[in-house]
Amino acid sequence: MADVISGRAIVAGEAAGEALVAYEALSFWGGYDFHTGEIIDRRHPLAGVRAAGRILAVPFTKGSSTTTAVLLEAVKAGTAPAAILTTGVDSFFALASIVAEAMYGKAFPVVALDPADFARLRTGARLTIARDGTIREADGP
Amino acid sequence: MLDGGEGEARRFAMAIVVRMAEVSGAERLMDITQAHVDSTIYLGDATLEFAERLASMGARVAVPTSLNVSGVDECGWKEWAVTPEWAAKAARQMLAYERMGAVPTWTCAPYQTPMRPSFGQQIAWGESNAIAFANSVIGARTERYADLLDICCAITGRVPAVGLHLDGNRAGQLLVRLAGVARELQEDDQFFAVLGHLVGRLAEDSIPVIDGIVVRPPEDQLKAFSAAVASSGRVALFHIVGVTPEAPTVADAFQGREPDRTVDVTTADLRAARCELTTADGRELDMVILGSPHFSVEEFRRLAPLVEGRRTHPRVQFLVTSSRLMKELAEQAGVLAPVVAFGARITLDTCILASPMLPPEIRTLMTNSAKYAYYAPSLLNTRVTFGSLADCVRSAVEGRVVRDESRWQT
Repeated sequence: MADVISGRAIVAGEAAGEALVAYEALSFWGGYDFHTGEIIDRRHPLAGVRAAGRILAVPFTKGSSTTTAVLLEAVKAGTAPAAILTTGVDSFFALASIVAEAMYGKAFPVVALDPADFARLRTGARLTIARDGTIREADGP
Repeated sequence: MLDGGEGEARRFAMAIVVRMAEVSGAERLMDITQAHVDSTIYLGDATLEFAERLASMGARVAVPTSLNVSGVDECGWKEWAVTPEWAAKAARQMLAYERMGAVPTWTCAPYQTPMRPSFGQQIAWGESNAIAFANSVIGARTERYADLLDICCAITGRVPAVGLHLDGNRAGQLLVRLAGVARELQEDDQFFAVLGHLVGRLAEDSIPVIDGIVVRPPEDQLKAFSAAVASSGRVALFHIVGVTPEAPTVADAFQGREPDRTVDVTTADLRAARCELTTADGRELDMVILGSPHFSVEEFRRLAPLVEGRRTHPRVQFLVTSSRLMKELAEQAGVLAPVVAFGARITLDTCILASPMLPPEIRTLMTNSAKYAYYAPSLLNTRVTFGSLADCVRSAVEGRVVRDESRWQT
């Protein structure tokens, strides 16, 4: 990716971490083990990968309404992603972060990107996210 | 409400509703007249803490509110592998929502209870299959509500005026045309579940319109479609031309606009989609599981003659997940007794996905539910075979997976 992407901060916050990118939607219920922070949906390309503390980029949620509750459990357990990047506004991710703030004072940034910008993200890149939704790739390994 | 004048619970709930209105770009809030709360599903300490915090703040629902499945069969959990600690915490979470004045329906098929909404009614529903059914089959108006927000809407009686609450946002976007899919296949009782599984994947984040259905599907087939389409995808509203109320014609379904995309679905596509729902190979079978969404009295009525005078194989368990109301209705109709005599067990209030009830020796499942088939491999680490209701019964009797493939093979 180029050095800077301007995203729209849906839930503002700062985060830094390694990007984990997929183009398939994800349900956290049946898709994310909040005990381990691992993606467990066997039909998803990131199955078996640990997303805790990383910057997870998936286009949007699918499936279960319980996705938000799984994410809230993950925030409490310390196994949530450091931030979530989407295409468009995904209200489920935003809600989980807003309730995590209300319950535990621990929101995670949720940033929406244009699909073209989303397509520039690469798994493994070291990203930092600023409160205004700006995403930067850190220099070097 | 936001200043706390109506109590702490309403202030807390309204703050979340208002934040979500900002996120979704709503210009105003609007009233709802009913809610269905999916936040009932106990996952761990956070979901329980959320429920008990609201209850302890004195939260009361402002509109008639039904409750989705919980994490435990309140009366039957001891027959299964549920731990006492889990059962106690899940029961506490149930109690918290009951204390808020919601109706303890404990079902993921609230549209098959007296709390079924009506066409055009503004509601806030959680539970992905119920959202799709309420919007599409009934024509009620709900956004795709998530756990934690559904209860806040119930407490405030208000929702952001966005998305599927507004008629103009309910137009179809993706046209799915059935291309040469025979009536005989459409009449198969697996057809709508399989089609839903396929359409969920095709739809991505759009509203699909299905054209080419030549049969009049019974309600439970549309329920199976709703559950499937909202598992493989994020569909909260679909239209089936000639079947669902906002789609008398293709033009009506698209509100006179052009589709953004058109996809043709062939019999071969449907066969492939059906195969995706099966992850098991071989014929080994530990349990037949029916009832996601919860088995209806009509489904009991269909099952009863299939099992009459037969017995499950000693190696195979047969479980039906349903609600207290449906079990009672089935009993009154005389269609529960043959199912129990067959060897089936009935679990109420919850399901195998929401309650850790299956013992570890259950490794291979068979089901007619696309939702069970979709989630069980990941959530329960089991293998699964998808088949018709009759296939499920026959397999349970023979003690191994048997499927009638005549309509599905080339």
